[in-house]
Parts: sequence; C-alpha cells; structure tokens
Amino acid sequence: MELLVCIKQVPDAKDVRLDPKTNTLARDGVESIMNPFDRHALEEAVRIREEQGGTVTALSMGPPQAEEVLREAIACGADRGVLVSDRAFAGADTWATSYTLARAIETLGSFDLILCGKQAIDGDTAQVGPGLASRMNLPYVTCVQKRRQVDDTGIEVERMMDDGYDVVRLPLPALLTVVKDINEPRVPSLKGKMKARKAEIPVLSAADIGAEKECIGLAGSPTRVVNVFSPEPRGDRKIFTGTAEEQVDQLIEHLRDYL
Amino acid sequence: MLKVDSEKCIGCGVCEDQCAFGAITVEDGCAVVGDTCTLCGSCVDACEAGALRIEEAESGRGTVDLSQWQGIWVFAEFRHGVVAPVTHELLGVGRRLADQRGVPLSAVLPGSGVRGECDALIAAGADTVYLVDDPALARYREDVYGRVLEDLIRCYRPEVVLAGATAIGRSVIPQVATRLGAGLTADCTGLDIRPEDGTLLQTRPAFGGNIMATIECPDTRPQMATVRPKVMAPLEPDPARTGQVVEVEIDAGLLESRVEVLETVVSEAEQVNIQEVEVLVAGGRGVEGEKGFALIRELAEELGGAVAASRAAVDSGWISYPHQVGQTGKTVCPKLYIACGISGAVQHAVGMQSAEVVVAINRDADAPIFDIATYGLVGDLFEVVPLLAKKIQERKK
Ligand SMILES: Cc1cc2nc3c(=O)[nH]c(=O)nc-3n(C[C@H](O)[C@H](O)[C@H](O)COP(=O)(O)OP(=O)(O)OC[C@H]3O[C@@H](n4cnc5c(N)ncnc54)[C@H](O)[C@@H]3O)c2cc1C
Ligand SMILES: Cc1cc2nc3c(=O)[nH]c(=O)nc-3n(C[C@H](O)[C@H](O)[C@H](O)COP(=O)(O)OP(=O)(O)OC[C@H]3O[C@@H](n4cnc5c(N)ncnc54)[C@H](O)[C@@H]3O)c2cc1C
Repeated sequence: MELLVCIKQVPDAKDVRLDPKTNTLARDGVESIMNPFDRHALEEAVRIREEQGGTVTALSMGPPQAEEVLREAIACGADRGVLVSDRAFAGADTWATSYTLARAIETLGSFDLILCGKQAIDGDTAQVGPGLASRMNLPYVTCVQKRRQVDDTGIEVERMMDDGYDVVRLPLPALLTVVKDINEPRVPSLKGKMKARKAEIPVLSAADIGAEKECIGLAGSPTRVVNVFSPEPRGDRKIFTGTAEEQVDQLIEHLRDYL
Repeated sequence: MLKVDSEKCIGCGVCEDQCAFGAITVEDGCAVVGDTCTLCGSCVDACEAGALRIEEAESGRGTVDLSQWQGIWVFAEFRHGVVAPVTHELLGVGRRLADQRGVPLSAVLPGSGVRGECDALIAAGADTVYLVDDPALARYREDVYGRVLEDLIRCYRPEVVLAGATAIGRSVIPQVATRLGAGLTADCTGLDIRPEDGTLLQTRPAFGGNIMATIECPDTRPQMATVRPKVMAPLEPDPARTGQVVEVEIDAGLLESRVEVLETVVSEAEQVNIQEVEVLVAGGRGVEGEKGFALIRELAEELGGAVAASRAAVDSGWISYPHQVGQTGKTVCPKLYIACGISGAVQHAVGMQSAEVVVAINRDADAPIFDIATYGLVGDLFEVVPLLAKKIQERKK
C-alpha cells in the first residue's frame, strides 16, 4: 500500500510566549518541532505499512530547514521524505497550501492513503486536510480516533464527533486526518536515526511541481492577515490566602456573577 | 515577498520589535527578513522610514465581481434531532452583520426530517431558510453535505457564509471553500463588517491563543468563516418574526456518496460537548483517579457545567479523550474554568487560556497555572473542591 503523510514543521509551543514588555512572541531559542498531530499520522501510516507492506512517504512544504522534520519522520519509520520549498510559497494560506501539496503529491505519483494531522499547532486552522482531499477529489474523514480495518478496497475508521463517534467506511484512495487517540507514536530507533542521517531529501520547487504562479504563496491566497495583536490580558487577578475555608469564601465572593 | 529598501532603512529596529514571528533582524544597520515571515504587514505599517513594502505577484484568479454576491448565510447544523446551539449564536451575529450591510440573513438547513426546525431558525433571526430535506442527508457525510452547500452557494451567491467551528463545520466547510476558491477563516472569535465595501473583518486566535489575528478576504466571495461556539450571543427567540422557507430540490447525482456511515455512537459521557458549555471544572494528575473525578463531577453539577481534564488525567485512563483540553485535545473558552490539580503546562494552557475567568486550585503555590489564573486557591483539592461544592449549594438555598 502506498502511503503519504503530510508533515508540518511548527514552533514548539513551550517556546511560544508573549513577551509582556514588547507584546510580541518571544523568539529567542524558539525550537522547531514536528507538528504533534502529524506524529500520530506518521505512526499510523507506518503501522499500516508494517501490516500490509508498501512504502510511507513523508511530505512537507516549508523553508529549507523543514528538512529536519522529514529526517525525523524517516527516523520514525518513513521510507523517504520530500520537501517542497520555494520562496514563492511564502505567505500561503490554507487554500494555497492545499494547492501546493496537491500538486506535489501528483508529481510524486499515486497513493492509496494520505494522512494528515487534525490541525497544526501554529496556524491552528484544521483546514489543509479537507482542502487537500477536495483538490484531489478524494473521499475523506477528519478527526479519526481509531482505525478498525484496512485492505485494498477500503478503510473503516472511527470519526470523533462532538457527542461521540461515527463508524465510517471509505473506498481507497482516501484521505484521513487524525487525532491523538489513534495511537501512541514510537520513539525513533537507532537504525532509523542512522538511516535518517544518511537519507537524501529531494527538494521540489514551484517549477518542479508545475505550480501556477497565481495559485501559490501570497498571490494564491484569498485570505489576508491584516493585523496581529496580543489577546487582552486578564483583568483583576488574585491569589487568595488563609485556610481552605477562608479561600473558598473569598472565591465565592469574587465569583458572584458566575454562580 | 517583504522587501526592504536598504537606502531608506535606518536600522532603527522598530520592525524587529513589531514582528510577532521573529522574522526580522537588524544586521549592519539594515533590516533583514527571514523565513518565518508570514507577510502579515505589521512591520510595513510600523516603519516610519517607509522602507518596507510587500510585493505581490499578480493574482491570476481574476477579480470577482463582488457586487454579484449578496446576503449573509448561516449553515444550520442539525444532528441527532436538534439544531446545534452554535447555529443560534451565528444567527445572532449574522443578524447584526446583515443589518449593518442592509442585506437579508438566511439559514441553510440540510438534513432529513428537519422541516419542523425552520420556524425556530426564523424566530432566531433568519429572514429566509433554505431547506434541503432528503433522506440522503440523514447522517453527516462529508462529500454529500459539501456538494449540497457548494451547489446552493453557487446558485444564490451569498457574500458571507458562517458555520460553527464544530466537528462537522470544521470538516465540511474547508472542502466547500477550496472548490469555490473562497477564503476561509478558522475558529473566529470576533466578526465585524465594513459597511462600505462589505469586507468581513474576522478575528481569530492562533498559536494556541498566544496571538490574535484579523483576517480579510479582499478579492473573493463568498467570505467564509467558522466561528467558535459560545462566543457570539444568540438573540432572544421571537416567535412573531416572519420569514420565508425556500425548499430546494437537489440533483440526485449530488447526493451520491463514497462515504458510508456504518454506525453512530453517542456516548453518555460525551453528550455534553465541553466546547459548548459555560462552566468547566477540569481535573489533572492531582485528582489521582476516578474517585477524585467524582468530586470534580459534583462541583461541575453544582455549577451546571461539565467536566474537562488535562492530558495526564486522560492518559491515566481516568476520563476519556473527548474531555481533554489543550494542544492535542480541544480548545475551550467557557465563562468559567476551574482547574483542579493541573500544573498549567503550556500545552494545557493553549487550550483554555481564552476562558473568561480561570480559577486554579493547586497545592503548589509555584505551579505555572497560577500565572494564567484569575483567582488562585493554594491548597489540597480534596479539601477545597468538596468545600466549594458545599458552599455553592448552600448559597443556592
Ligand atoms: C496568525 C495566522 C492566522 C492564520 N489564519 C488563517 C485562516 O484563518 N485561514 C487560512 O486559510 N489560513 C490562515 N493562516 C495561514 C495558515 O496558517 C497557513 O496556510 C498554513 O500553511 C497551513 O495552515 P495551518 O497551519 O492552519 O494547518 P492545518 O490546516 O491546521 O494543518 C492540518 C494538517 O495539514 C498538514 N499540513 C499543513 N500545512 C502543511 C505543510 N506546510 N506541509 C505539510 N503538511 C501540512 C499537516 O498534516 C497538518 O497536521 C494563518 C496564518 C497565521 C500566521
Ligand atoms: C506534544 C505535546 C502535546 C500535549 N498536549 C496536551 C494537551 O492537549 N493537554 C494537556 O493537558 N497536556 C498536554 N500535554 C502534556 C503537558 O505537557 C503536561 O504534561 C500535562 O498538561 C500535565 O498534566 P497535569 O497538569 O494534570 O499534571 P502535572 O503536571 O503532573 O500536575 C499535577 C498538578 O497537581 C497538583 N496537585 C497534586 N496533588 C494535589 C492536591 N491534592 N491538591 C491540589 N493540587 C494537587 C500538583 O501540584 C501539580 O501542579 C502535551 C505534551 C506534549 C509534549
């Protein structure tokens, strides 16, 4: 089975902090990591390959340093990593991102199953997965919490809903976005790490994937971020003191409007 | 691409401070732009020397004749016999936008056996309800719902389409926006409209609520947004309001699906969606087990709220994943969030820091949760939580 996983490199949340003085995101020592949900998508792909045979391709769009997450993906079991990188992709919103990923995937060949994370922890939109499926005319399911069964003809999964879950069956090829509950990702093996170090990560440019200029980057993005600001700080703040009872009384006093 | 005019740049560093993404550094007296630039334009506005500008490639999508698109639409989400509460919230905000713009407000209601819901949607603010009642829509299936919405939007051309940022809304709307070539803003918490040109100003949290961004779609229609539940206020239902119901026939071909829903499981515990309640009482590792969660549940019931949890509690098997708040769980913004025995790790904080009031109960006075709490109680939760529940109960009498 030919599997492809979309992986985004994101800033580590623990480093993303607003600097209260300048009101901007603290940037010193911000580390980049693999988007946490994508780790689960990758793990699921590797498990399917282990059961069914085939290959797992990890694909990322991003600046040159996004190569790191692809090496990590190889260390965690992917067979190869491919980076799509071009200055012309800068400023892409989810519309342009799904276009670019779709073009790249079509360039790479055909796949039975494409896996994405539910959401990237920086952009936070959860839109790229469904957008990509729609561009490739694939059936899809979002927020998959469990894979029940997969074979050449189709896949049966549990889709997490707000009030429970649905059991859904899709023919292949298809696309899934996954949540954390689906599996426990493995840590990279020593062998995997060595393979990752030696791996060659091909880089595809806008021209390589035959992307149309007006569909990529800022030009291809219908949305425009026109302002970025920090959320309003919490008003009155209090840490109570005294016995448990005294603290509870003070809290109830302050929560009057909410009780 | 962000261009720096090195002749004009005076190396003052204002742009460097302004950039929320750390993409600009001043080197040898001149601004240098790095790869993390998102082209948001904050620096361009801040630069007093006028040395920065954003250069755009020609957009080839051509300009859409914006005047062809009119009216505000709300996707009415119907599941298990009820219209999702967020639909009423959307009609509330939609009414305001429609009045500011002087255009009608419509609800689109796909489903099976949903005719009876139309009056309530009109009472909640809609002028028109587009009803698509078909057995093929009995269960939510991505492809069918997507095609039905797309078809209606192409046919009636609304300028704005709003949907709840729910499991269904966030799954189906991106597909529709992609095919329409429309901009889509995710999980908005603020919406305004510029009356002159009808531009929708969409404000949303990103980076786990650490920053807020305002987003516009200047050249495309419809302008689409998913909106976070519990943020917008519904109108008081007015049964005297009048409106029309337009029953739409859908081409049978559009109702064919590749997705088969074999079973729908509504779990007792998940019946309360933690993203749709006003009060959440959350337990973490400090709760120590299912017994501890019984105390959390009692307090939640006393407050008319629901139970949430940290990942540590979920991973320990004390409560199920749909209750998890945080980076790899759900993002919530209730009016009141009471965190009990939760340390306040950043991956938890990003899921709850936009709550109106945060109460922290923790025995460690140095726990980071106190940095984001409105009110903090330092003590043993096994003492504090039951006491709080008892006192609230006494107060109600
Ligand atoms: C402050 C801010 C707000 C924004 N708001 C919006 C908005 O409302 N609407 C909008 O259209 N755009 C928005 N964007 C742009 C958006 O963040 C980018 O388009 C981004 O490339 C993809 O969106 P995401 O991070 O939300 O990914 P998601 O859609 O949340 O990602 C879901 C999954 O798609 C895959 N994926 C996503 N990006 C990549 C990639 N580059 N390479 C490989 N796989 C990937 C991963 O599997 C990931 O888990 C915003 C950007 C910023 C900086
Ligand atoms: C990629 C990634 C994603 C993650 N996603 C999430 C996520 O979505 N949600 C999430 O919550 N976490 C997430 N985490 C985990 C997160 O980093 C923390 O480990 C987790 O939030 C800790 O949970 P906790 O606060 O319940 O436990 P702890 O950090 O162990 O804190 C327990 C707290 O309880 C207090 N306590 C103990 N006993 C008592 C008592 N009797 N009375 C009062 N206080 C007491 C202690 O003082 C302590 O502060 C993620 C981590 C990673 C790496």
